[in-house]
Amino acid sequence: MTCDECGKNKATVHLTEIINDQITKLNLCEICAKEKGSDVEQHFGIGDLLSALSDTHAPSQGVDAPAMKGRCHHCGLTYDDFKKIGRLGCSECYVAFKPSLVPLLKKIHGSNQHLGKSLNPQFLSDQKVSSKLHEELEMAKQNLLKAVKGEEFEEAASLRDKVKFLEKKIRENKA
Amino acid sequence: MSVKVDVLLKQTCEWLRGTGPNSDIVLSSRVRLARNLEKVAFPHWATKKQEKETLETLEEAVRHIDLLKGSLFVHMAEIDDVDKQFLLERHLVSREHMMQPDSKAVVVGDKEVVSLMINEEDHVRIQVIQSGFNLQECWRTANRLDDALLKKVKFAFHPEWGYLTTCPTNTGTGLRASVMLHLPALVMTKQISRVIQAISKLGMTARGLYGEGTEAEGNFFQISNQVTMGSVEEDTIDNLERIIRQVIGHEENARKTLMKQNREVVQDKICRANGTLKSAHIISTKEMMGLISMVRLGVDMGIIPDIDRRAVNELFILTQPAHLQKIEGKMLSSTQRDVKRANLIRRRLEGR
Repeated sequence: MTCDECGKNKATVHLTEIINDQITKLNLCEICAKEKGSDVEQHFGIGDLLSALSDTHAPSQGVDAPAMKGRCHHCGLTYDDFKKIGRLGCSECYVAFKPSLVPLLKKIHGSNQHLGKSLNPQFLSDQKVSSKLHEELEMAKQNLLKAVKGEEFEEAASLRDKVKFLEKKIRENKA
Repeated sequence: MSVKVDVLLKQTCEWLRGTGPNSDIVLSSRVRLARNLEKVAFPHWATKKQEKETLETLEEAVRHIDLLKGSLFVHMAEIDDVDKQFLLERHLVSREHMMQPDSKAVVVGDKEVVSLMINEEDHVRIQVIQSGFNLQECWRTANRLDDALLKKVKFAFHPEWGYLTTCPTNTGTGLRASVMLHLPALVMTKQISRVIQAISKLGMTARGLYGEGTEAEGNFFQISNQVTMGSVEEDTIDNLERIIRQVIGHEENARKTLMKQNREVVQDKICRANGTLKSAHIISTKEMMGLISMVRLGVDMGIIPDIDRRAVNELFILTQPAHLQKIEGKMLSSTQRDVKRANLIRRRLEGR
């Protein structure tokens, strides 16, 4: 059987297509089949990646990971261990092997920047709010001193209330 | 066999309920999050003592989380091989979790929707499974549980790289979302390899019913995201959902086309499968999976009106080796299981 597409080579790939309820059978040679299927960029396989990584002599495509020496100070894992088992030893390994891991992450994920959920967003936003409160409190205290010095008693009274209010709020946030 | 996990035998797992959106084609949706404790050796690299400490830390945290109140806490070292296999068949643990069970545990929440593996590849794996096409709901639940855990323990996190995991393929969100699809018409019309190829080119993977390295028995395919960095969780899930919707559309079209152009052939296949299951006295898992897939297709297409989907779904799991042995309450040889399996199927399909 020859290829339906080029009519020259032997058809080795057989496709059954259903378009608008019509079944069409396509017999293609390997070259034409590849062309038909290559609309989308081929994605990296994880297996290839790690094996390519452990083969330091290969002039592999794209970014080559610099050879890493030494071990993670926290758990003792070496970069060679990682290459062998494909697993890191602890969270500190990420810092220890950063120069090699960053290009690897980029190769695996197409990005080395986390955009998802961040650690305890509630906690972080609470921190932001509380530092803002502290700033406001400092400002109010300074203004109060100024008002007292300038004998602006009405202004001072309202600033004193503001200081009390802010102090209470900060105490509540901590609790 | 342990009495502890027996409670699960009496209930249908959430992922087999046969309800939820698109449940004629989508069996279940699943989201898992990989998390690790900060500055603690990952399970494969930890000493026995460190692993035990991790387990204690997490057990303590889990016991104080409202979302997990009343859940079953199972130490893998305390149950035998049949029980481990039983949990695997219910998708509550992985193969990796069954090996070297010391300091490994699984937490099973209400109705088996939420579960946690402790000291698997990562310190914690949060899993949420729902019936039907329901990834968003799975993610919301997993996220809530993650928030609750974050209040109790310190997870390894880097502002640039996100959640730090044992394998760099999970770094970032640590999120793996997957959907289990029943695609018999795409298999019968020989379109499936093309669909799978296309999926893999879009950064998704397709696998069999029991995960990595398993065959697509019974025309079941699990499709999941591959990449965990450079995209927010909601977008990852949204992308996967779009692709799954396409696959569902293809399967629906293929079913319609089959019915239009090969109605007799399809009906014959389905009814013969039903007949074989209703009359067999010895049947292997492999033969059963193929036949049940046809019966399920018959139920979904209205060719077999007197059996409901849930009964068919339940057969998938009740006839697995460890489930059969739990039901019988004793160890069975493979030949004995083939007989018991055939009995159980006959009884269930006759509605008894």
